[in-house]
Amino acid sequence: MLRPHSVRYVARFLFPVGALGSIAMFIGAAWYVFHASAPETITLPLGLPDLPFHIRLDALSAFFLMILGLSSAGISLFAAGYFRSGEGTAPGVLGLYYHVFLASMAIVILADDAYLFMVAWETMALSSYFLVTSQHRIPEIRSAGFLYLLMAHLGAVCILLSFGVMQGGSWQFTLDAMRGASLSPFWASVAFTLALIGFGAKAGLVPMHVWLPEAHPAAPSPVSAMMSGLMLKTAIYGLLRVTFDLLHVHFWQWGVAVLALGLFSGLFGAIFAAVQTDMKRLLAYSSIENIGLIFTGIGLSILFAASHLLLFAALALSAALIHALNHSLFKSMLFLATGSVLHATRQRSLGKLGGLIRYMPWVATLALIGTLAIAGLPPLNGFISEWLLLQSFLFTPRLPHAFINMLIPLGAAALALTVALAAYVMVKFYGVIFLGQPREPSLQQAHDANWLERLGLSWLAAGCIVIGVQPQLALHAAGKATRLLVGQAVVPDPSLWRIAPIAPAQASYSGSIFLGVIVCVVAITFLGVRLLAHGRMRRTAAWDCGYRWQTSRMQDTAEGFGQPIRHMFGAFFQMERQLPSADDMNPRYQMHIEDRFWRAMYRPIAAAVPRLADAISVLQGGRLAIYLLYSFLTLLGLLVFVLWL
Amino acid sequence: MALKFVPFMWQFGEVILAVALAPLFAGWIGQCRAWMQNRSAPPLTQQYRMLRKLFKKDVALAENASRLYRTAPYVLFATMVLVAAITPSVVTDLPFAHAADAIALIGLFATARVFQALAAMDIGTSFGTLGARREMMVGFLAEPAILMVFFNAFLLFDSTALTSLVDNYSTHPSVIDPSVIFAAIAFVMVLLAENARIPIDNPATHLELTMIHEAMVLEYSARHLALVEWASSLKLFNYVCIGIALFLPWGIAIHGANLIAILIALAALSVKLAFCGAVLALIESLSAKLRIFRAPEFLAMAFLIAVLGLLVHLLLGANTNA
Repeated sequence: MLRPHSVRYVARFLFPVGALGSIAMFIGAAWYVFHASAPETITLPLGLPDLPFHIRLDALSAFFLMILGLSSAGISLFAAGYFRSGEGTAPGVLGLYYHVFLASMAIVILADDAYLFMVAWETMALSSYFLVTSQHRIPEIRSAGFLYLLMAHLGAVCILLSFGVMQGGSWQFTLDAMRGASLSPFWASVAFTLALIGFGAKAGLVPMHVWLPEAHPAAPSPVSAMMSGLMLKTAIYGLLRVTFDLLHVHFWQWGVAVLALGLFSGLFGAIFAAVQTDMKRLLAYSSIENIGLIFTGIGLSILFAASHLLLFAALALSAALIHALNHSLFKSMLFLATGSVLHATRQRSLGKLGGLIRYMPWVATLALIGTLAIAGLPPLNGFISEWLLLQSFLFTPRLPHAFINMLIPLGAAALALTVALAAYVMVKFYGVIFLGQPREPSLQQAHDANWLERLGLSWLAAGCIVIGVQPQLALHAAGKATRLLVGQAVVPDPSLWRIAPIAPAQASYSGSIFLGVIVCVVAITFLGVRLLAHGRMRRTAAWDCGYRWQTSRMQDTAEGFGQPIRHMFGAFFQMERQLPSADDMNPRYQMHIEDRFWRAMYRPIAAAVPRLADAISVLQGGRLAIYLLYSFLTLLGLLVFVLWL
Repeated sequence: MALKFVPFMWQFGEVILAVALAPLFAGWIGQCRAWMQNRSAPPLTQQYRMLRKLFKKDVALAENASRLYRTAPYVLFATMVLVAAITPSVVTDLPFAHAADAIALIGLFATARVFQALAAMDIGTSFGTLGARREMMVGFLAEPAILMVFFNAFLLFDSTALTSLVDNYSTHPSVIDPSVIFAAIAFVMVLLAENARIPIDNPATHLELTMIHEAMVLEYSARHLALVEWASSLKLFNYVCIGIALFLPWGIAIHGANLIAILIALAALSVKLAFCGAVLALIESLSAKLRIFRAPEFLAMAFLIAVLGLLVHLLLGANTNA
């Protein structure tokens, strides 16, 4: 068992040890959040001479470390049961990349100088690239990986430039120096814009989102879970660190930009998720939607903070932070559940699944919790952050900008639409995969997940339930981070059973009462019906208005379920359809939906790059004399430049 | 010490009242409709008789029905009972009222809707999935509109907690903002759509092209069907009570619960319910069922009316401030 290359060694030893490490990280970060107050800093004698690595643990990084530890513990447990040989890259190498990926995310969150941050950021991008392309024999996966690498690096360049601007001429690259640097409004805005583009590209903010629905589904499921659940959060962390901690929020216009991008991403992601037919792509688009919600919260918070309404800024920021935590839990869980489905059925197309609740009861039950949570339904955790976000929208009329005031209620409506659409999407996701009749005969041989996979899923499900029922904990932890960033914190209501972020007379919510009452009433009703009436039951064929035979093909397909969305939001899609004629003997229905951003933005850029390269290649004549001439001219130019000054 | 449990007693009484009255209210609407349409009406107790009959019958369950399908009716019923516990229909001094504000109630309705849609998809019949899809569609269109209504209430009285709203409305009867009228119209439109009433859905038909709610519950029978039907009449009752709390709160016992105040509140509630039922029946008798793809227009209209109310309020507010 303990031979280093064997799958059993990797699976049953390395991954559980990784999970223990994650739990330790979670406990440490949680201890720091609830007990310590001052930031802890360490200087490591590593790195280049005169350029040591700085590490800093404060409330913001501790909050994100908590997210990382909590979710990755569940993912690692699941991965211990998931990876097996014969699927692309050997498990041993995969295990190495996986843990490097995990460690680099932790270092990104802890880094206290731009140098270490960028090194960890790039390690994160590279290790995840190798994880995405673990099935590298499939051409689509290779090209998805390439697209991911490209976008990751474009983003990294922007972040690097942003750090360059923020050092403000001091040439000190520690974050401490940047905190103290005073930038002119113009340069601060430049740094903010670069950071927004860089971190936005990593987070999958529209219009930098195109890599996300390609790369996340291509990876093995635990890796998809890591990328969607955790890696996107490092981008959120980066943006918060830069905007609030390093640049100290100057302008409400930044908030409007982030808010608009966030709302648009949310709606865009939800609409596209509704028309997907591949279960992992659907989840990837849903990640774009959730990132949109998080950015909406950040944007609102910037708006409030720049207008000196710090308590409301803290409220919106808490909503964003808690949503980041929630999303890491339920999105990881759903990606892992698709992994179990994939192993059990070899299918990832929604059109070939169905009825799995009867063959995979464990996965179906746990995935139901994740589905309800991500759909933003009380009493689970997804609702908490969405409720807080809507609460913070309520206070926007207090902003001192008349026109923004009148527009922002529409933003709240867009948010409500997004959240409700997310529920639509998740009903589709769960209903088509787990409910109904199996759409392929082979599905009846599907087997349930093994015990390690169940353990991983249960861990994440427990997180969803605990945060949903006891949101005070999350609000308290987020409060420490908001106190650091905007100097205020939303206090959860002193009574243990509810949260009332601003004042109990204004709004309060109690997940524990929700769950308690629902469970009690279900129990009482059940017993009452049994006692007062009876419990007789017989099994028959489904009625369905008396139609004589029904096949699995009469259910809604994934396309069918998305049809109302295609009908209503047609303007968002680039749609190509081939409809069969009425007297076709073998009717075939084909549809292709494309993102408009590909045609409008990315294809032109992709076409322009080679043209530009061709134009520049004129300089490369290939003759030595000409190159010498270039050197001579450059020297001459430099000489003139130096003498001139 | 005994005094501490008194609010819980009122709380319990209010929930029982809602659960018991909800079928009666649905019966009352049916009776009004029948009168207006010149038909002879079924007795007011028709709904109770139907429930009793259904509880007596044996459940006929489809062979492939899963546990989710059998649990969903109980969950639906439980969520609606919870909404009834939170909505102040008789007194405002309710212990559970602080468990949720109006926005959390939207979430609770969404929970019920999602459970019903999932249960409808469980057997895998064509009608079930069709109903689930349509129900979710109506749901996501209705949510922005209802949110705008609550936004409006927040702008007026700085709260989304229903009990505070009732207190404020009834103690400031002079504050009749024009935006309230817009909000009320939008609320009624959402109420019709969310409760499967004409013009979005017809509760009295099983015509496949038009049905939404009925399509979802086609496979249910006996006690499961009874619970689903009870839950949907309770949902209608709750919606009307929320509407009453928002727009017609007078009479609700706001200064703690004593016997006289409760009696007045009960009398007021019955008058208001009778009135609202008649109005709903009138609206349903006067309008025709819309095609399913006109539903987005209907709900977009509700949304726009609510936004108009907001803008009216903000513009008037800007005027008075200046």
